[in-house]
Amino acid sequence: MIKLKTVRGEALMRIKEHPILKFDYQNEIHFTYNNQAMIGYEGDTIAAALYDNGIRHFSNSVVHDRPRGLYCAIGNCGSCYMRVNGVDNVKTCMTLLEENMVVESEVSVASND
Amino acid sequence: MIKRDLVIVGGGPAGLSAAKVALDAGMSVTLIERFNQLGGQLIKQTHKFFGSQLQYAKTRGFDIARILIDDLKGYDDQLEILLDATCVGFYPDKVLTVYQYGKYMKYLGGSVIIATGASEKVLAFENNDLPGIYGAGAIQTLMNIYGIKPGKEVVMVGSGNIGLIVSYQLIQAGVKVKALVEAASTIGGYLVHASKLKRLGVGFLMNTTVKKAIGKDHLEKVVTVKLDDRWQEIPGSESEIDADVLCISVGLSPLHQLLSMAGAHMLDVSELGGLVPKKTCDYETSIDHVYACGDVTGIEEASSAMVEGRICGLMAANHLGFKHPEAQSLEDDLNNQLCVLRQGPCGEKIRCGLKKVGEIYD
Repeated sequence: MIKLKTVRGEALMRIKEHPILKFDYQNEIHFTYNNQAMIGYEGDTIAAALYDNGIRHFSNSVVHDRPRGLYCAIGNCGSCYMRVNGVDNVKTCMTLLEENMVVESEVSVASND
Repeated sequence: MIKRDLVIVGGGPAGLSAAKVALDAGMSVTLIERFNQLGGQLIKQTHKFFGSQLQYAKTRGFDIARILIDDLKGYDDQLEILLDATCVGFYPDKVLTVYQYGKYMKYLGGSVIIATGASEKVLAFENNDLPGIYGAGAIQTLMNIYGIKPGKEVVMVGSGNIGLIVSYQLIQAGVKVKALVEAASTIGGYLVHASKLKRLGVGFLMNTTVKKAIGKDHLEKVVTVKLDDRWQEIPGSESEIDADVLCISVGLSPLHQLLSMAGAHMLDVSELGGLVPKKTCDYETSIDHVYACGDVTGIEEASSAMVEGRICGLMAANHLGFKHPEAQSLEDDLNNQLCVLRQGPCGEKIRCGLKKVGEIYD
């Protein structure tokens, strides 16, 4: 297996040894999260790559501004929405990471009334 | 408008199995799947299945997915598979609106099979929306599909089979499971799974639930509380556990939304996990030529979802005049398989639930 890394050094959250599964990471994918450079691997969803880079807090809720992250990871719950390449409300748990993606925490658009 | 003999929503064990039988009967089929690969939740199941050889017992879930997907090879002129495609609208005239890659498409099915599966239930407690709190399935997805550990120290809630199996998978991935919390006084899942965890040193906190989660932007501590025999919190019995992952495994509820949207007659059946369609013994809902199978008709195992899927495919074909080469023997065999799967004390809840929606069990 190639040496896995994130921008902070070694990829700590990747499973290196597993009794049943084999993970074969081939190509690095470069992307930004809130303007910080990050590294993921081909086959990652945006959410999986963010996790490996230590990011758990994806966005904030619209009305009460509470932190939001992954809950179901299969596209049911809508807790992982982020802005991707300028498009709001992208399900990061279902969207595959692509080279040069721009991933941002959504800015809350709650009205004051 | 794209017309097909059969449109199937959901590419999990039920939908894949339905497709295979319908294709063998000669139908043109479109299979709609929201994710970027087929297999549903089987693709993250690393454990070997229980039950009978007929439903691939002793085979790992992701290998079963591979078998079901391979079964659909060789039908290129009959079968269309849409991946990354979400069915966002379903109407009583069997029209479906499908969203894929930024475009909307309309499909019209001679028959429609809804096999959308289920979603995980949540548990009500203070701060239950903090990042670091997940459904058990999310943990499986992260670990077993993407190879990512969810965190360092886990508290698992729920001792049903999913809670037990995911706890074991966490340990296999090198993550510490600090405690397994269960509100009941007995373990919900198979004891063989629970014993494995106990041997590995996982503490089981029985008669206990989660009172609140503590953390600023992410989970830091879980506060548990003991319950008395009337399920009331015992004051002063709170205790704090340091954890960055809280995994909620308290059951599933059917993804009924499309059926409800089309106006199918729905019933709230607690034994089946929530809102499910009323159906005939031919798996037809209250809308003509609309069928449902798998977890969307009641929470069960992948084994029964596969068998139900096959029956659904057969019924959809029969009712439109398509002849499956082994129709009668297949129907008898499949119904028999379901009876075997649901027999005994473990199947009592599901038998009771199914009686309420119209299926008759002797």
